[in-house]
Amino acid sequence: MILKNLEVDPDELAARTGWEVKPEGACKADRCVPLPDGPLQAPELARRLGMALVADEGRGLWALGPESGGRALLSAQMPDLELPDRHGRPFSLRSLRGTRIVMVAWASW
Amino acid sequence: MWQALREELRPKGIEVVTVALDTGGVEAAGPWIDAAEPQHPSLIDAEHRLDELLGIVNVPMGVWIDEDGMIVRPPEVAHPGTSVLRDMLVEHGIPEDAPPLLIETLREAGKFSVDPTLYADALRDWDAHALSPDEVVERSRPRPPEFSQAAAHFELGQFLWREGEADAARPHFREAHRLDPENWTYKRQAWSFEDPLQGPTEHYDGDWLSDVRAAGPGAYYALPDL
Repeated sequence: MILKNLEVDPDELAARTGWEVKPEGACKADRCVPLPDGPLQAPELARRLGMALVADEGRGLWALGPESGGRALLSAQMPDLELPDRHGRPFSLRSLRGTRIVMVAWASW
Repeated sequence: MWQALREELRPKGIEVVTVALDTGGVEAAGPWIDAAEPQHPSLIDAEHRLDELLGIVNVPMGVWIDEDGMIVRPPEVAHPGTSVLRDMLVEHGIPEDAPPLLIETLREAGKFSVDPTLYADALRDWDAHALSPDEVVERSRPRPPEFSQAAAHFELGQFLWREGEADAARPHFREAHRLDPENWTYKRQAWSFEDPLQGPTEHYDGDWLSDVRAAGPGAYYALPDL
């Protein structure tokens, strides 16, 4: 998740990482990690969730990596995912709820 | 490639969703999608979000999701019953007038222990191969702190590349490669920006042929444990 300052927008955090900010803290699957009061600061969030916070100081940019210390999947719940199709139309995987899905990653390279 | 299998699976209640991991977005992936004319959702992930969210490290890799939105098989190498490259090599061999690097690359790719029918057959027998939530988590990729650092560097690299700052992007791609050397999407995406054949360049220590040889074909495409 790219940051242009060190204050993290909770909505963007949820959309990009699946971590939702709730009264009890940052939560994903059945795990909640308490957070300090006040605006969400990237260094503190990174420390508590085991996320890398990497800076490109020359350009005033940071990137927050995914949580670490366990497995790539914290739970088997598929995170909400919305991606565009070839025409830029957003498609939500949730729209296929009730259907079995095999999602296959490929690339042009 | 997935269209034929999709036609077979759709009446059984299974939908195929393909996702292109392409920093170049629609410009890079669009022509391929147009040519395939897929009837299934065919999406573009220009930020490689699937890498971070699920632990995808190469293509093609597939994930199974059940009717309730639960992952029942984590990312693993996924072929739709055929391998175009393999079929082409068997039928036509390697063209003698191809560039030397392409010949070497195809020879190396021919060593992969790909069984293209394995994954498709498992999909036809979904219930026998669906895993419990604990198994799914346990089989997903480990994520030590350096893989999180690699993901952050890769994202900075992608962002800067899109901004037209190639010189600023490359050090981040190099760091991503160093920190997570078995993530082939990080490598191949960056190498492909410099050379479509992903051969050696001045910008990176590795290249497709050298790194695949060093890792061994079994490491590049691990057979799914089905």
